[in-house]
Amino acid sequence: MDLFLQQFLSGVAIGGIYALVALAVVMIYQASDHFNFAQGEMAMFSTYVAWSLIAAGLPYWQAFLATILISFAGAVALERIVIRPVEHAPVLNQVIVFIGLLVIFNALAGWLFDYTIKPFPSPFPEQPLFGNPYIGAHELGVIGVTLALLALVFAFLRLTPIGLAMRAAAQNPDSARLVGIRVGWMLALGWGLAAAIGAMAGIMLAPIVFLEPNMMIGTLLYGFAGALLGGIDSPAGAVVGGFLVGVLENLVGAYVPFVGTDLKLTVALALIMLVLLLRPNGLFGRRIVRRV
Amino acid sequence: MGAVLEVQGLEAFYGQTQALFGVDFTLERGSITTILGANGAGKTTALRAISALIRTRGRVTLDGRRLDRRSPEAITRLGVAHVPDGRSTFLRLSVADNLRLGAYTRRDRAAVRTDLERIYSYFPVLRERRQQQAGTLSGGEQQMLAIARALMLRPRLMLLDEPSFGLAPLLVQDIFAILRRINRDDGVSILLVEQNARLALDLASDAYLFETGRVVLSGPAAGLRADETVRRVYLGY
Repeated sequence: MDLFLQQFLSGVAIGGIYALVALAVVMIYQASDHFNFAQGEMAMFSTYVAWSLIAAGLPYWQAFLATILISFAGAVALERIVIRPVEHAPVLNQVIVFIGLLVIFNALAGWLFDYTIKPFPSPFPEQPLFGNPYIGAHELGVIGVTLALLALVFAFLRLTPIGLAMRAAAQNPDSARLVGIRVGWMLALGWGLAAAIGAMAGIMLAPIVFLEPNMMIGTLLYGFAGALLGGIDSPAGAVVGGFLVGVLENLVGAYVPFVGTDLKLTVALALIMLVLLLRPNGLFGRRIVRRV
Repeated sequence: MGAVLEVQGLEAFYGQTQALFGVDFTLERGSITTILGANGAGKTTALRAISALIRTRGRVTLDGRRLDRRSPEAITRLGVAHVPDGRSTFLRLSVADNLRLGAYTRRDRAAVRTDLERIYSYFPVLRERRQQQAGTLSGGEQQMLAIARALMLRPRLMLLDEPSFGLAPLLVQDIFAILRRINRDDGVSILLVEQNARLALDLASDAYLFETGRVVLSGPAAGLRADETVRRVYLGY
């Protein structure tokens, strides 16, 4: 029972990070119908920004906030400068741009910060909180930060006029223009938010896997799996999917003998395959209800 | 009075294909003007061209201000509310959110609230269904929602594309009665594109007849109704 609880809770913690990545992916997918393959590398690069700021002597939480702002602004600029010109290009061109960004960010991080593995600080104490034996303080902190961020994002999307405009622009760009919404900027805003969310995922993940240019590759796959599982057009579904993948991955790793830690990533890939085969809309994906 | 909308030498393009060939027309302030024509005559294209949803050449002015070369969202901000044909509502948002978006560019919040009440009084069924997803409404209710959303802008000019399309005759009567009321009580100028020529000519004061991207006939609605060709081809008697 103890082992189960331990594995389950650490699955929830890591699942929170997948949920963030999944949410970032879905935000861009909803607005533009494209998977941003570079989402993980952008998050990794943001994490290096945070590392540099901390190394320069900034206190942790200030560096954390500054990184989120820098990531937001950087991604808005990236969308306006790099993505906008190919907005109406064929799908394949766009995919190539995304892959190009992935390679560029990966190489840039290696070139600027080299490929050696760096430790990354956690803002949470090393001792487990409240003396509980089941979950470490960092993991508990990750869950807390994730839930707080998710609440913020959903409040923004549901309760603010800009959030409503973003959802409208994603659903029906032409009609959105006709009510006066600047659809192009909504897409840029989506990129900014996605990058900010991704940055948080990277910063939360780095103390667990250490900082290096390839740190997000596996996580991005889990994030994709979570997004697909929950439903690629549903932000809430993506979040639930992310948590499910995290828990599933941990439990399968612990209890299915031949999987262990080596084959954990296979679990994510198998899950993607299964979802696409059996339930392409995902668990919470929408089959649009309409009357004729 | 004077013209609220003036269009001169308007050409429009879908990719390489030209769909309008030097169209001229004017819309008197406070009037209802209709564009008639068969399928493919360029009626919808004319509205899309005014809203800058497609590539155009020529001159379009609203109260003397150029609309061509502005973006669709900028044109909306000048008070032009375009109700496109088909399902133009935000299907996965609630009726209330759809209406709220209609007033997205407005900053006078108190007036938006009173407008919302007024519009619910025009369309009581929308008030009943305000929490429902727009996608669950019937075709007629969606058309009402699209018109209501446009009204939330407090437009000076409304562009309406086939508001009668696919609706039951009684419902069409209702919607046209509401359009007449909006025009009379709120002073909104209306440019109406319709296939149902009889209805449109009853409502409008002026009319233009389009054929293959050109204006072939124009004048007071009564004059067009009396025209031999219009009567035979478009009114069918």
